[in-house]
Amino acid sequence: MVKTITSVGLPIDEILEIKKNRIMPDSPSGDMKRISIVTGIHGDELEGQYVCFGLQQRIMQEKENLSGIVDVYPAMNPLGIDSVTRGIPAFDLDMNRLFPGNKDGNMTEYLAAGIIEDVSGSDCVIDIHASNIYLTEIPQIRINELHEDRLVPLAMEANVDFIWVHGASTVLESTFAYSLNSTGTPVLVVEMGVGMRITKDYGNQLIDGIFNLMQKMGIWKGNTKEVKKPVISRNPDDVIYLNASTGGLFIPAARHGAKLKKGSLIGRITDPLRGEVLDEVKAPADGMLFTIREYPVVDEGSLMGRILKKEACGYE
Amino acid sequence: MNKRIIYELKGMYRDSFRVTGYEYGTGEKSVCIVGSSRGNEVQQVYCCSLLVKKFKQLENEGRIKEGHKILVIPSINPYSMNIQKRFWPVDNTDINRMFPGYDMGETTQRIADGVFKEISGYKYGIQFTSFYMPGDFMPHVRIMDEGFSEASVAGQFGLPYVIIRKVRPYDTATLNYNWQVWDTQAFSLYTTTTTRIDQNGSGQAVLSVMNFLAAQGIIKYNVPQLLKAKVVNDTDMVSVRTSESGIFEPLIKAGGKVTTGQPLANILNPYEAEVIETLYSPVDANVFFIHNEPLTYANTAVIKLVQ
Ligand SMILES: [Zn+2]
Repeated sequence: MVKTITSVGLPIDEILEIKKNRIMPDSPSGDMKRISIVTGIHGDELEGQYVCFGLQQRIMQEKENLSGIVDVYPAMNPLGIDSVTRGIPAFDLDMNRLFPGNKDGNMTEYLAAGIIEDVSGSDCVIDIHASNIYLTEIPQIRINELHEDRLVPLAMEANVDFIWVHGASTVLESTFAYSLNSTGTPVLVVEMGVGMRITKDYGNQLIDGIFNLMQKMGIWKGNTKEVKKPVISRNPDDVIYLNASTGGLFIPAARHGAKLKKGSLIGRITDPLRGEVLDEVKAPADGMLFTIREYPVVDEGSLMGRILKKEACGYE
Repeated sequence: MNKRIIYELKGMYRDSFRVTGYEYGTGEKSVCIVGSSRGNEVQQVYCCSLLVKKFKQLENEGRIKEGHKILVIPSINPYSMNIQKRFWPVDNTDINRMFPGYDMGETTQRIADGVFKEISGYKYGIQFTSFYMPGDFMPHVRIMDEGFSEASVAGQFGLPYVIIRKVRPYDTATLNYNWQVWDTQAFSLYTTTTTRIDQNGSGQAVLSVMNFLAAQGIIKYNVPQLLKAKVVNDTDMVSVRTSESGIFEPLIKAGGKVTTGQPLANILNPYEAEVIETLYSPVDANVFFIHNEPLTYANTAVIKLVQ
């Protein structure tokens, strides 16, 4: 059943509505668990759209196996999604810096508060992001170390390749995930794929993971696939950041997800005006290239990739 | 005066990104003044340009006191200004949310780091900045409630208001906050406008900086009799909010006095010109801020009042 969770009138003959679809078992019981699938906080990240679609298709095919509540929130920032805008258009604000919001605040804070109110109390929330338009990511879950104990066991069931436990940061306290995690509703932040595109393989992988989680939570009685055992990184030194030494056109040479040897070529920063190579980007250590630059134009400092060191990956 | 490049980054097809500074005097790092950090902060650059000119004159007249160094950086973001985009051209990040920066990090972190290395270590830091909502302000000085910038010192600018801002999580990466972390007393100056030049507002901003530097014994300048600034916590301001979206019709101006029950603004239906909402003043107060765009959204604090 589609429901509007919060709405506000816009100046010229339009209403902004944030909607969810609630799927319930045909014969609901009194004490059901609830999973919420959230995406579209960043309007230019679309990987989660496919997951919302695909997950519901599969649930409806075997509806008899559903034994809990599934809430699907595909568009937390509807104006952004419909206008190819990452933030909230007109406000030029990153929606993921507005939480927990404020019912008495401005329009964006009001919407954020409505979202938190509706999602709060879920037994598990999956907040699906798709990196941004610059970088492609392997399916991963990012966890603030403050919430590690509760979230890592859930994340292990979600069929991702990588769990990245990162340090706490004040700036991140205004994210959707932090707001809910710090008030007792567990949220797993998934990052996968790339902005403005759909990567079906990743979407299907996560859908399998969500079914597995639902089964473990008692929301799904049907068969599920065996999930991947993710690499977990807790040490900041496990990850190497590759920032551009100069501006130019980045042309990748390595495959995303490749297990690289130290010194192997990842890509070149080039100067199309003179036809020259400005810098060769090489792996500083053995490891897995879990992030790679997608958008070719780089400034000095732009991130071109991230490597998870071989020791942390645990492969031979 | 010594004009020099504070930070430079090579562009792919654009000219280099340059942050240019103007230094006056020698000795103790007394005060650093920073102008625009966003692409639409035109008034903020303009205020600094007037200060650059003024300090040149003061220096020639021997009115910058011995042992004091002043640094003025009119803009730390010319790239965004030249393409009329508020944030960083490639990735839309805000340099004023990247401090203290990181020299091995992403582009705007590197810019913040490169600039911060040059502008830290001063006794006082003054930043011309802007509010993210479009509107007309009473000119004021803002300080953070955490840190050691004092309201009484902020009063030396001679602006009508000193606002004490409660620190929010996202403030911790601003220049003002980080200046304080590294022992610089930081003041954010809000003049009347952002995207348009207001001559009176910029003149007032220049005088306020002169007042402050004179009070601190950095320049020779006869400060006129100043009114005592009103010190207000931002959380004590009275916000008047719309409950409807539509055309915004203000009935008052920033700086004006209003009484309880006075109509402050109307919201009109954009197709039928009917008044769909009238906003009334809940208190006797001064108008500190008023929205200045023709359209407004619902739930917007279009007017802020101080009692
Ligand atoms: Zn995102």
